Amino acid sequence: MNAMTPGGFSARFAGLRDHLPGGRTPWVAALRGAAAEHFAATGLPHRKLEAWRYTDLSPIAQAQFTEALTLAAEHPVLPPMRAPHRAVFVDGRFAAGLSTLPAWCRTLAGDLNAAEGWLGALARDLPVVSLNTMLFEDGLMLDLPAGTDGGALELLSLASHTGRAIAFHPRHLIRLSEGASLTLIETSLGPDGASYLHNPVFEIQVASGATLSHVRIQREGRAGFQLATVLAAVEGGGTYDNFTLNAGARLVRNEIHTALLGPKAACHMNGAQLAGDGQHADTTTYLDHAAPDCASRQTYKTVLAGKSRGVFQGKILVRQVAQRTDGYQMNQALLLSEDAEIDAKPQLEIYADDVKCSHGATVGALDEAQLFYLRARGIPAETARAMLVQAFLTEAIEGVTHPLAQAALAEATEGWWEREAA
Amino acid sequence: MPAVAETLETVQAASDGGYKWGFETDIAMEFAPKGLNEDIVRFISAKKNEPEWLLEWRLKAYRLWLTMEEPDWAAVNYPKIDYQDAYYYAAPTTKAAPKSLDEVDPELLRTYEKLGIPVREQERLQGIAVDMVFDSVSVATTFKERLHKEGIIFCSISEAVQEHPELVKQYLGSVVPPGDNYFACLNSAVFTDGSFVYIPKGVRCPMELSTYFRINAKSTGQFERTLIVADAGSHVSYLEGCTAPMRDENQMHAAVVELVLMDDATIKYSTVQNWYPGDAEGKGGIYNFVTKRAACRGARSKVSWTQVETGSAITWKYPSCMLLGDDSVGEFYSVAITNNHQQADTGTKMWHVGKNTKSTIVSKGISAGRGQNTYRGLVKISPKATGARNFTQCDSLLIGDQCGAHTVPYIENRCVSAKVEHEATTSRIAEDQLFYCRSRGLSQEEAVGLIVNGFCREVLKELPMEFAVEAQKLLAISLEGSVG
Repeated sequence: MNAMTPGGFSARFAGLRDHLPGGRTPWVAALRGAAAEHFAATGLPHRKLEAWRYTDLSPIAQAQFTEALTLAAEHPVLPPMRAPHRAVFVDGRFAAGLSTLPAWCRTLAGDLNAAEGWLGALARDLPVVSLNTMLFEDGLMLDLPAGTDGGALELLSLASHTGRAIAFHPRHLIRLSEGASLTLIETSLGPDGASYLHNPVFEIQVASGATLSHVRIQREGRAGFQLATVLAAVEGGGTYDNFTLNAGARLVRNEIHTALLGPKAACHMNGAQLAGDGQHADTTTYLDHAAPDCASRQTYKTVLAGKSRGVFQGKILVRQVAQRTDGYQMNQALLLSEDAEIDAKPQLEIYADDVKCSHGATVGALDEAQLFYLRARGIPAETARAMLVQAFLTEAIEGVTHPLAQAALAEATEGWWEREAA
Repeated sequence: MPAVAETLETVQAASDGGYKWGFETDIAMEFAPKGLNEDIVRFISAKKNEPEWLLEWRLKAYRLWLTMEEPDWAAVNYPKIDYQDAYYYAAPTTKAAPKSLDEVDPELLRTYEKLGIPVREQERLQGIAVDMVFDSVSVATTFKERLHKEGIIFCSISEAVQEHPELVKQYLGSVVPPGDNYFACLNSAVFTDGSFVYIPKGVRCPMELSTYFRINAKSTGQFERTLIVADAGSHVSYLEGCTAPMRDENQMHAAVVELVLMDDATIKYSTVQNWYPGDAEGKGGIYNFVTKRAACRGARSKVSWTQVETGSAITWKYPSCMLLGDDSVGEFYSVAITNNHQQADTGTKMWHVGKNTKSTIVSKGISAGRGQNTYRGLVKISPKATGARNFTQCDSLLIGDQCGAHTVPYIENRCVSAKVEHEATTSRIAEDQLFYCRSRGLSQEEAVGLIVNGFCREVLKELPMEFAVEAQKLLAISLEGSVG
């Protein structure tokens, strides 16, 4: 059997379909059934597909992941709670005892019928999303009422030490009504020794005038896999900001699809990828300008050490109606090792004429002159390198303004170079 | 050439204003039977009196082609091509190979004169040696004697197969192997003619070499093959031009160009592609599926591709550089215009293998009418290419709200000391620029022409002078009717 055939996952679904949440609810069963059919036809994406030419998922296909059967009693040490509210998921299931939810948050499994017409509304025919739809067990269901300032909410995903190769596919539904605002700080953590697959899908709706700042800090264990898909739709005058830090996992694919659907919608997508020995970090963004007068800004930075591979693919689509679009994208990569590889594919597809769109890409090593400058002032080589790496990341990170998010980020990036160099 | 071209333009401008190369020459032609099979491949080979090895090479390519699939990744749409519905060999009937231009059918020479190509060696002022390819075959090559004195070989590839089989055998398919891609493979099986150039060690070619391609016959495809070998320390500048009659049907042009460069060699390859683009409704026009690649095998060798792509209904073309020798340099300068229903998917590949190799890519895309214009390029740096350097700039200009401009660059870097920079912009002609020109008395069309020429300047200045003048005019003609 071909390693990329749907085999394992489809077989799991066949056995579990009646037992999954909503298994006997017609609309959920129909949704899962359609997703299963799609996934059975496509299998996991393979490298012959243009969107996956740089990321090879065969290690996931070979791992034969199964579901976590019980809610793990043991979990890695919980990081201290920063925000007033926190939703904790262990192996993709809600851990009520560890969480404090605000009134506008529920869990998907807890009130699945409330998600009818909402769940899957933004999903498209992506194999990884279909895999999630087919097998999701739980997720956050966040519905922030109009005009509400939700402050900051932490979303924490933990992988436990089960001793088996487990996969979990949380589905998070996030909706901000008119004029609402929220900072969502999402962290995923896992033990270094465990092989697991975290396959979250976010469906995000930002209504007009609403602002969502979504900070994702990916620190999965070094043997873990993360395939994350963010599907966001922004109405007129709304703003969606996404910042993603990829620091962990053996292989991560961070795929973001944002559609700007109303006039004057805005989107900022920034990110940093830090990959060390044995890691593969892929950020792929699709930005769909489907309304006039929208603006988008993207800045992505990748730092590669050891034998690692970094991938950035970013497509900006400007539809014919999207006149007066202002689109900008920059991706830069820093190579610190002879064994590292970077692949970049920025892409513009433009059908409107009154636009201002540009992208830039650079790839290079640390600047020897800068290094020399610092060393000449008595700074040890390793410290100087760490400083320059930190400085390189600044432009992408400085878009994160919420102090709690800044603190979480600082903690995740600090000392990275020292650890990788060691 | 410019003078002739200008006269022609004046005469023609009044009548149709558009594609002035759309006439058809009525001349006795010889065709192979319609369709494509092994017998056709054998027919072509026999017609050209080819040695056994070349026939075998063609047949191998043909069998391989049967197993391949037409690529669909380019951003171009066209109805399925029926490869059986075309003639793969069409040649003006001649008794024997002409010894001199005096023996060439005067009707043919008139055709080239009409196109503004200096065919008579008396027109020395031009100082350009020309190989004329009419449908499937080369009809004449000028200045052979003069070049022969320098040891330069410039002739049709069929002639080279007969006269210099060792060179052809050594280099044919060494840069673009038959299995490289679908269209190159088809070309390897059925190529009928093209130009061959060999510049010996240390020779600087005293004049520009040029090939002029003309598709004339109905329902034919043109499959030419050009091979240029620049030995150590040599230097050559090569020009290529093309036109076709105006027809309702789509005709296919699938060419292969291979360049080989030894130590310190330089090749400058300039193209003005002006195949018939189809009418304003998108009817007719040439499908231009071309594979061009240079292998910089020697250290410090340098290849420079400059192209101005104004014609063709569909352009699928990626002139590439394999930078194998240390310190070798690859350049790609391109202007592509799509107006009406034209589609272009063009760009380059820079493959850095040698140390300290450098590449520059400057691409200017202009979309008007319902044209779709895509830049697609790859910069690949292998682990051994220490100190490699690339700079890429892609600018797109949109004229009108029915057209599209797309940029798809790929960067693949596996070398820590390499430096790669890419930038791309898309915009339309600024109102204030237009206003500035209009307020100085220029018409809307003149103003657009001026601004577009400025936009393309970085590329146009790379063209040899004769070509630059023609290219500027072409830009203006191609955009006619797109504004106002």
